[in-house]
Amino acid sequence: MKFIQQSGPHWLGANTVTVMMRRVLLALLPVSLVSVWLFGPGVVLNLAVAVAACAGFEMLALRLRGLPVAATLSDYSILVTAALLALSLPPLLPWWVTVTACFFATVVAKHLYGGLGYNLFNPAMVGYLVALIAFPQFVADWPGLSADHSWPEAAAALSYFATGALPASFDALSGATPLDTLKEQLGNMRTMAEIRAGEGFGLLAGYGWEWLNLASLAGGLWLLRLRVISWHAPGALLATLGSLYFIGYALDSGANPSPVLGLLSGGTMFAAFFIVTDPVSGAASPAGRIVFGAGVGALTFALRKWGAYPDGLAFAVVLMNMCAPLIDRYTVPRVYGHRQRP
Amino acid sequence: MTATPDSRPPRWGIRFTGDAVRHSTLPLCTAAVPGILRVPLQQHIGHRTVPLVAAGERVLKGQPLGAVRDQTLGARVHAPSSGVVRGLENLTAPGRPATPAVVIETDGADEVWPGYPAHAKPLRLATSALRQAVIEAGIVGLGGAAFPAGLKLNKGGGVDTLILNGAECEPCINCDAALLQADPQRVLLGAQIMLRILEADVCLVAVKQGMDAAAAALAGAIEQVGDDRLRLVTVPPVYPVGGEAQLINVLTGREIPAGGLPWDSGAVCQNVATAAAVARFLTSGEPLISRIVTVTGAGVARPTNFDARIGTPVAALIAAAGGYVGRECRLIMGGAMMGVPLANDSQPVTKATNCFYVAAPTETTPRSPERPCIRCGDCATVCPVNLMPQLLLQSGRKNDFEQLEHLGLQSCIECGACDYVCPSRIPLTQQFAANKQALWERARERRQAEQAERRFSAREARLAAAAAERTAALNSQTEAPEAALAELLKRVENGNDRTTKDPDTADKG
Amino acid sequence: MLGGLALLIGLAVWLADTRLPQQSESPAERVNQLLPQSQCGQCGYPGCRPYAEAIIAGDADIDQCAPGGDRTVTALANLLGRAAVGVNPVYGSPGPAQVAVINDSACIGCTLCIAACPVDAIVGAAQHAHTVLRDECTGCELCIPPCPVDCIALRLRLPQRVAA
Repeated sequence: MKFIQQSGPHWLGANTVTVMMRRVLLALLPVSLVSVWLFGPGVVLNLAVAVAACAGFEMLALRLRGLPVAATLSDYSILVTAALLALSLPPLLPWWVTVTACFFATVVAKHLYGGLGYNLFNPAMVGYLVALIAFPQFVADWPGLSADHSWPEAAAALSYFATGALPASFDALSGATPLDTLKEQLGNMRTMAEIRAGEGFGLLAGYGWEWLNLASLAGGLWLLRLRVISWHAPGALLATLGSLYFIGYALDSGANPSPVLGLLSGGTMFAAFFIVTDPVSGAASPAGRIVFGAGVGALTFALRKWGAYPDGLAFAVVLMNMCAPLIDRYTVPRVYGHRQRP
Repeated sequence: MTATPDSRPPRWGIRFTGDAVRHSTLPLCTAAVPGILRVPLQQHIGHRTVPLVAAGERVLKGQPLGAVRDQTLGARVHAPSSGVVRGLENLTAPGRPATPAVVIETDGADEVWPGYPAHAKPLRLATSALRQAVIEAGIVGLGGAAFPAGLKLNKGGGVDTLILNGAECEPCINCDAALLQADPQRVLLGAQIMLRILEADVCLVAVKQGMDAAAAALAGAIEQVGDDRLRLVTVPPVYPVGGEAQLINVLTGREIPAGGLPWDSGAVCQNVATAAAVARFLTSGEPLISRIVTVTGAGVARPTNFDARIGTPVAALIAAAGGYVGRECRLIMGGAMMGVPLANDSQPVTKATNCFYVAAPTETTPRSPERPCIRCGDCATVCPVNLMPQLLLQSGRKNDFEQLEHLGLQSCIECGACDYVCPSRIPLTQQFAANKQALWERARERRQAEQAERRFSAREARLAAAAAERTAALNSQTEAPEAALAELLKRVENGNDRTTKDPDTADKG
Repeated sequence: MLGGLALLIGLAVWLADTRLPQQSESPAERVNQLLPQSQCGQCGYPGCRPYAEAIIAGDADIDQCAPGGDRTVTALANLLGRAAVGVNPVYGSPGPAQVAVINDSACIGCTLCIAACPVDAIVGAAQHAHTVLRDECTGCELCIPPCPVDCIALRLRLPQRVAA
């Protein structure tokens, strides 16, 4: 009889990082499909470039750091980063913009900070912000969406992807997102009612964007059900953002968007369920996650209302990432048998 | 019988499915007395036990083999059967220093030592006599920690609730359920005796949801006894609800203060088997010489609960359970979560042994390579003492002891729940156990340093006072310099210069 | 807007200044608490407190405590905001914790070691064998040179197990 020596616990749960990441990828499926439906197959191209670039940079970084490549790649975390980044970027981009974003996400934000588990900032958000600041001409513009919009022509889209040059006939890209429109029109002293009645708005929020947000919400709720993510950060984010919109709306419904419009615009739901739920760069304890989410919500509202960019989510997330260690310090829960919180 | 738990499910813990549920009811058999019994002298937490018998001596069943000198922190050890003492043998056990064990060659007669009286009505005895009896019988906590039971009952007043733990802390372990099913009356008599000793108002007998047969037997027995202080409570099947502090918390909502003792919460928790052992000693005079041990797992042919004598080797129990299945297994002393793997099957049953889990390779999870912590926080969700293992891990790897202390590491009960849920497969419990040991070491060093400092200061003050005295004496002598000089010369002539050398050496310190 | 922000930050700083616990002990006392209290004098000062006072006075460097080892030096460096260095080998090399043991069959009862012990950890009367109080001994080695018959030895202090 051979007696195997191994320290306990002798039973371990079935959950692994790989399982979690796979579930996150599955939860991203609805929003990806809606994105393809709205913006065309360019989204798939974008995703493919991001996955290839991120995986390539990851392999390079792992090799340079002398770490096992196959074992680390197999946890799918880099696929999640790539997918989050690709879905944050506009659906059609010159390839080098995406690759640059991937480089900063993978090499700078992730590996220079020590790799998975040690990164201070959310890699996808860092990649997105670098692209936004370095290539505003490509990243700040999203294709306009309206009831009669159509997918860009394949040939023109491919030439844009390869060279970055915009064919004369190609005006689909010059459209503005609903948040752009809001910012610009409110600046021109138009009222909310006029803006809402204008082009580019649908039933609940910006045309199309409402569906993107609802798809993210669906994926997020599924993750919540599987307990891959906890409700604290997304709940706090949505509650804070929603109540700030509500206050503004209640004070002056002419100059401020309604909570529903605010919550279903831009990347709100996507960030709530896929970005602020990143455990590595967020706060650790439930209380800390509430503070973290609320902070992102408040900063997003402020940046949307007074900032230079139409959507401030990425900035808000990165700013709160910086605060996460401090939040952790002050939100450690009370240990059993101890009278005070540490 | 209650189908739903009587307390709210705790926010922490793990709900097991599958294996844990499958093994929840096993038959109870009495194990045969083996030819050789090896009875470790040290089977409890506390002071060293000294042997009372010598090689070649014949001992009877229930005769004391060893005792702690002052009976403060320790428990007697008794001969589990009659026979001849072959001598002392050094027994190595995992995680403990080697302890001497008395080897007895049994004679099969099972002749009883008449030294302990039997009482027909133990509840009529004085409290002090009952307390003394628990100490004499060598009874320790039979839940697994082996804390001397007499000590835990040695508390006059201030305790209102006695909790009898039949909730089995770990999955796989089944001995408490078997006892409750087979002999609920004895457990309840033990409960009444303990209530009398503690002067407590109520006794909650806790079983886990799903232990239906045990709960039914117990409910029937409670009705029969008709003592309205005894109550059956069902707790949710969450690991580790059967831990002492956790059970007290779930049932009463109270917490044991950090660094305090369980009774500081006004509740005392004892295992059901401990209560039964107390009752058995008082009614029959038989000290703690046997206990129920679960032998389970897919690595053994017929999983069974054995009523086995202390000192019976594991191999004998496994043979009685139909032997091993397969070529290799993990032989775990204890349960699936906190159990210790054994290197061989010659280890004897001790007072603390509640289970041998013979796990087939398919049953256990091999440790896959660990991945970096992603701070998902699942560990913090399941932690029964509300620690943040993800932060403790960071500080622990850096040996940041201040932070570990600050985060409350000393409260960790090493239940392994965080390991179980960790998606990165990090051996957290192992890390925390090492860190706790280091913290304890450090605290001892600090105490020692403080003590050394106090002694150093005291010595300096004493030397300074002595020096001052000497100067004063010298000053008074300068009034008669000739006389002082004469005396000094005389001293030098005598060669006795010790008095001048002494301060020199002292100054060096 | 900016004025309000300045006011807010000022308020926060004032609050932090008044509410957060103050360090009540003297600097020398805080340094002393980090030292191992072996009172061995290897640093060149007659005990740990004198060394702590010398560090604060600027007479001594933080790298002179051999029994404390690199851990103590690092702790001192953190406290005083200096660069962390190892123990200066001039003052001895860090080793495991030790304890002095007197061979009582060789001891002649001269009391010299009793006078040398900085923490009064040796007991005994003249002409009778002395003994070391194991729990009080700091392993400072100061008792070894005065012994005329070399009957004192240092043994490793074995770590004790956690009780309970």
